[in-house]
Amino acid sequence: MTSARLESPPAAPPVFPAPPEYPVLTFTGEDRELTDRLLAPVRGVGIAWWSLFLIACAGTALFVFCMWYTVAKGIGTWGNNIPTAWAFAITDFVWWIGIGHAGTFISAFLLLLNQHWRASINRIAEAMTIFALMNAGLFPLLHLGRPWFFYWLIPYPATMGVWPNFKSALPWDIAAVTTYLTVSLLFWYVGLVPDLATARDYVRSRFGRMAYGVFALGWRGASAEWRKHHIASVLLAALATPLVVSVHSVVSLDFSIAQLPGWHSTIFPPYFVVGAIYSGFAMVLILLLPLRRAYRLEGIITTRHLDAMAKLTLTMALMLTYAYVVEAFIAWYSGDPHERFTFLSERPFGTYAVVYWLMIACNVVTPQILWFKRCRTHAGILFAAALAILTGMWLERFIIIVTSLHRDFLSSSWQGYAPTWVDLGLILGSVGFFAMLFLLFVRFVPFVGISEMKRLRHELAANGGKEVGLPHA
Amino acid sequence: MGERKSGCPMRDANWPSGAYAAEFGDEELFVAAVKELSHQGYVRVEAYSPYPVARVQSLLREPRSLLPVVVFIGGVIGAIIGYGIQWIANVVSYPLNIGGRPPHAVPAFVIPTFEATVLCAAGAAFIGLFWALHLPRPWHPMFEADDFDRVMIDRFWIAIDATDPAADRTKTPSLLNALHAERVLRVPSLQ
Repeated sequence: MTSARLESPPAAPPVFPAPPEYPVLTFTGEDRELTDRLLAPVRGVGIAWWSLFLIACAGTALFVFCMWYTVAKGIGTWGNNIPTAWAFAITDFVWWIGIGHAGTFISAFLLLLNQHWRASINRIAEAMTIFALMNAGLFPLLHLGRPWFFYWLIPYPATMGVWPNFKSALPWDIAAVTTYLTVSLLFWYVGLVPDLATARDYVRSRFGRMAYGVFALGWRGASAEWRKHHIASVLLAALATPLVVSVHSVVSLDFSIAQLPGWHSTIFPPYFVVGAIYSGFAMVLILLLPLRRAYRLEGIITTRHLDAMAKLTLTMALMLTYAYVVEAFIAWYSGDPHERFTFLSERPFGTYAVVYWLMIACNVVTPQILWFKRCRTHAGILFAAALAILTGMWLERFIIIVTSLHRDFLSSSWQGYAPTWVDLGLILGSVGFFAMLFLLFVRFVPFVGISEMKRLRHELAANGGKEVGLPHA
Repeated sequence: MGERKSGCPMRDANWPSGAYAAEFGDEELFVAAVKELSHQGYVRVEAYSPYPVARVQSLLREPRSLLPVVVFIGGVIGAIIGYGIQWIANVVSYPLNIGGRPPHAVPAFVIPTFEATVLCAAGAAFIGLFWALHLPRPWHPMFEADDFDRVMIDRFWIAIDATDPAADRTKTPSLLNALHAERVLRVPSLQ
């Protein structure tokens, strides 16, 4: 009997997830053609790029003008008031910084999880992170009112003997955002070096060779170089992964350590992180889909990528919906009249009810179409859904900030809020600035990891098209 | 730098009297050539490819990378600096009483400490990587080889240090030719 008990029961057949439905790479050309395809914009760009670039430059000019106007005249030119002291500037800040998170999620988190499909989109996503962060950082700076004193937030031995107060969320923000930008830049550049070397050897003009040569640092593709490069990439990915979770958590603490109804909640860090990755995926799709079409990258950014991105977007949408529901439930369950007022009366039926319901339509209802395979694999539908989601996520931050501030504890201090043309110019202009940076990136930088795609191509060929490291391989 | 039994950290970093270089057009031939060279006792061999080739990396063994250790030390230093700055600022130099909270507010200090840790660890990874790779290096003997500018596109190269114990003025080039190299040439010294 004892021996019988020691025998383990017959092992159940292992249950693996189904193999991926769509191949991760359908490009059939040789390495030379792959290089040609991926470096096409480096040789020159067409009329479409130039027209988009001019529009983006106009947007950047608007951005610069509105910044100059704000600094010259003061932030009285904005719609901000007391009690609504945060409004557009912080909405824009949170929106942009959230967008960045998907880039790190794709480049770092999915690298650690050995997801092959990230290889063709991670460069674009990382560039998006860096450009989004460059935009994000400008808004709190302008919101300081006297941006030329921004360095007061940095701990340095000042002659006045004054130091920043680290019990406040502002120095946390500075630490989180500057770290995030620096680490993203380092990670991006490390990944870029081999591809810059490819560009160096690929371009024909002497100036081009020199310029790419300088940034390629003399990379020669030695096996020792590849090995160390891989180790460094994994290490940087492991360091960047906690940043995916931590940066927007820190941003959310700006809100949740305050007492305001609608802000003072422990759900904020995970809720903000989910929303950040969600909006970032939408931005990745918005950048990816036109690029895929313009440079005929259907064989490299395949249906698999669209499907995977759409599934992740839907997952994030469901988590965000859950956060919305829990937030409202806890407000009701707490019995706190101020919390109940904010969540159950002011937001759904108050001054900004239209914005609130538009947000629900964009963030909760729209992504439900992604349950259908036809929508997940259709570039046009995905693009439209991504636009809606990105708008919805901006509205969400507006709702969180403005509805909580303009109706706070003391009804005698209640006031309305309306943005001015400077507020609108700044957000429109920052989109233009982002677009300009991204277009320059597409023009001059290899926007798909060329050596990674070559490695993937040869690995797939050696394994009969099966992806190593996945359950079905 | 003295010679090491286990191989120099960068095998192509030191060629006192130049190297034999051979070009291959195909991954299979390239891997077969590296395999044959290591069979024949060549130890100072470097292989160049447009993407990492795992089979070659396992043939050209290297000492364990110190990079993880460097990153860990960077992280520890970052944590100390991060916490130290806050402690000096808010406890020693300029204690502020805000709502009666203690000046030494450990939970609040955790966040900047974490950020400083990640920042310094990532900086250490970045500097450590390029330090170990001896980059930036604007010129390298391999760049003198004709057609080496296709190595990052679709070509494979092998370089053998001319001072390799197994290297021979006549036998090495003919061996490389026998291994189906498309061209074999001599590149100058790094010095």
